[in-house]
This record gives sequence, C-alpha cells and structure tokens, in this order.
Amino acid sequence: METIKVVKTASYVPAKVVTNDDLSQIMDTSDEWISSRTGIKQRHVSVNENTSQLCFNVAKLLLEKSGWDAASIDLLIVATMSPDSYTPATAALVQGKIGAHNAIAFDVSAACSGFIYGLNVAEKFMGSSNTACKRVMLIGGEVLSKVIDWSDRTTAVLFGDGAAGMLLEQQDDSESRFIASSLHTYGELGDKLEAGKTEALTAFPMTGEHQIKAFSMSGRDVYKFATHKVPLSIEEAVAKAGVTLDQVDYFVLHQANSRIVTQIAKRLEQPLAKFPMNIAEYGNTSAASVPLLLDELITNKTLKRGQVIVLSGFGGGLTVGTQIIKY
Amino acid sequence: MTEQEIFNKVKDIVVEQLDVDADKVKMDSDIKEDLEADSLDVFEIMNELEDELDIKLEADEGVKTIKDVVAYVKKEVEAK
Repeated sequence: METIKVVKTASYVPAKVVTNDDLSQIMDTSDEWISSRTGIKQRHVSVNENTSQLCFNVAKLLLEKSGWDAASIDLLIVATMSPDSYTPATAALVQGKIGAHNAIAFDVSAACSGFIYGLNVAEKFMGSSNTACKRVMLIGGEVLSKVIDWSDRTTAVLFGDGAAGMLLEQQDDSESRFIASSLHTYGELGDKLEAGKTEALTAFPMTGEHQIKAFSMSGRDVYKFATHKVPLSIEEAVAKAGVTLDQVDYFVLHQANSRIVTQIAKRLEQPLAKFPMNIAEYGNTSAASVPLLLDELITNKTLKRGQVIVLSGFGGGLTVGTQIIKY
Repeated sequence: MTEQEIFNKVKDIVVEQLDVDADKVKMDSDIKEDLEADSLDVFEIMNELEDELDIKLEADEGVKTIKDVVAYVKKEVEAK
C-alpha cells in the first residue's frame, strides 16, 4: 500500500534575537510579566530577510539533507499569514529560486493552522490519481515582525519570525503514514485575530494612500477558543484514527502560549511531558511553529520512527486543525 | 443553586486551576494576594465556571475575593 512518509525536516530562524529585557527597553513590559503569562523568553526578528527568503533557506536545507533534485518535486506549498506580497505567492518565489520547475506552487492562508491545512492539502494532491504528486515540499514561514503593531504591548511581545518545513514522499514500503485529520473553520470569529487588513476605496478616483492595518487580536477570545476547540479537534482526529490518546507519543501543538498548551493537556487528561514546547526560544511563529518544533524533536532524537504524533494548529480564521501521523 | 453549592463548585475549580490546598480556599480569600493567581488564572477560573454552569462571565468583572466570585456567579445563574 502506498503511504505518505515525512522524509526530512529543516528549519531556519533569522539571526537577530530579541529578549524580553530588550522589549522592556522600548515598551512598558517586563521579562517576569511576559514569561509568566506566555512562557516566552525571547524571539527571533528578521532584519532585511522577507518570508520567501526564510522559506528559501529552509528549502535549500531540505534539498541538502535529502539529496533530492529540486526538479523532482511535484508540489511546493508555503503556509503563511505574512507573505512577501499578494502575488506572486511566496511558494512561487521559493519554487523559482530553488529551480523546482516541475512543481506547482501556491500558498495556504490559514494563519497558525496553516501548516496543518497544508499537510491536508498535500495529502489530497498525493492521493489523487489526477494530480499524482509523489514528492511534496511543505514549508511554514512567517515574518510577523513586519505586520505587528510595535506600539501594542499586548500583542507585540508574543510573536517571532522563522520558517520550517518538511519533504513528503509517497512510498510503497514505508510504515510511516498519515493516519487521520480534523479541520474546522469558525469564520464568524474572524475579527478576533486580524493582520494586514485592507480597506476598499471610499471614493473614486481614490484619495489618500492605500491602507494596510497592523496585527490586532482579542487575546482572551482566542485563548478561550484554543483551550476549547483544540481538545475537540484532537479528540475527533483520534477517534477517526482508531487510536486512543494514551497511544499518542507526542502532541506537537502550535506554540502560541505555554499556558494554552498546559490547559489543553489538562483537558485531554494527558501528561504535560507528552507536550513538548520551544516557545521560550521562538515566541509564536504562527504557521512555522509546528514544523519548527517537529524539526527540533527529530534533530534531538526525541521523536523516533514508528512513533505516533498529533500535530495541531489553531489561530486566525479562526481555524483549528489536527493531523495524526505515524512518523 | 445555593450559595454553598456555588462555593463548593468555585472551590473545586480553584483547587484544580491553582494547585492549592482545598482548606486554603475560603470565602474571604483574596484570589491574587492569598491564592497567588495572576490575571490569566482568574480568566481560566471564569472559563471553567462558564463551561460547568452554562453561564456567561466577564473575566474583568473586578472580582477580588472568592466571595466576589460566588456572588457574581450566583447573580448570573439566577439571571439565566
């Protein structure tokens, strides 16, 4: 039976590190306040590198690690809420730069669930005889620093920049596979988390400048959404998969806030030790956070082949998504 | 629900959320001062009460003590 295998993972974060103490120099906040409420100690901030550049760096690493020829890739997806531009898609920019000229490329916009939505899209393309994609590159990448309102201390402290991704391949003999998923979208709550919002012209010919709004979030609403909907999404996916929560080795959750992760663990009645976290180092990197953590777990050999993992994202849309994989 | 029933419910949730001993949770306990909760803890306690009692609560209703929480919950339960 043909199954989908996660062949390689890779990540790249910009060099500049901004600590909580650094932020307390430019806004009214403190390391104690940020770390006790979010678990964040520092974040990486991109200077001069846009989203496609971070993703390109990940793509290069993936090709180096795997030895794959870029021309062998059939599909290249970038999950992002902070693309370089409306068009071309960030995925197209990466495809052009690495010379993956046989790949179709497009972005998935589902914010912090973007990587999980991307996995789902990849699975559909790989499973369809119509498209017959054998090899897929999926990257989550964000430069959130360019859309953040740096005068809003309630959101500015939460986010970071970075990118990470994986290569997927359809294989005949692999025990690795995608087991089940659960995706949900709650568009009626869309205004709880917005970034890059544009306005239609108020008159024609237009007067003034085009306006693009910075990031804004109703933190409490999103917190509540996450602690309620993520456990439901995980339970739904686990039920579809025919496994129990106890059989899951690791829950790799979107790193938005360590206290959200702790609450989700509590609601699922699973030990917190099964919920690895790296938010202290990177902050919330939206679509990049799940693959960034996954790559870390694979690199430090925490995650081993054959183990069952739950990947779960939640955020703007509002969206929530869970994918269960046998790694 | 009686005040005592609401207090017992609040106490259970506070013990679970804040990981404190049940005998430390009294009507006149100050949630932040005596029980060492921060604003997110209070928010979580309100969330749990909402779920369990099927009511709507505002996290920043100005509650200070357990007695304030019980009174606020009682008002909302009765208004349901």
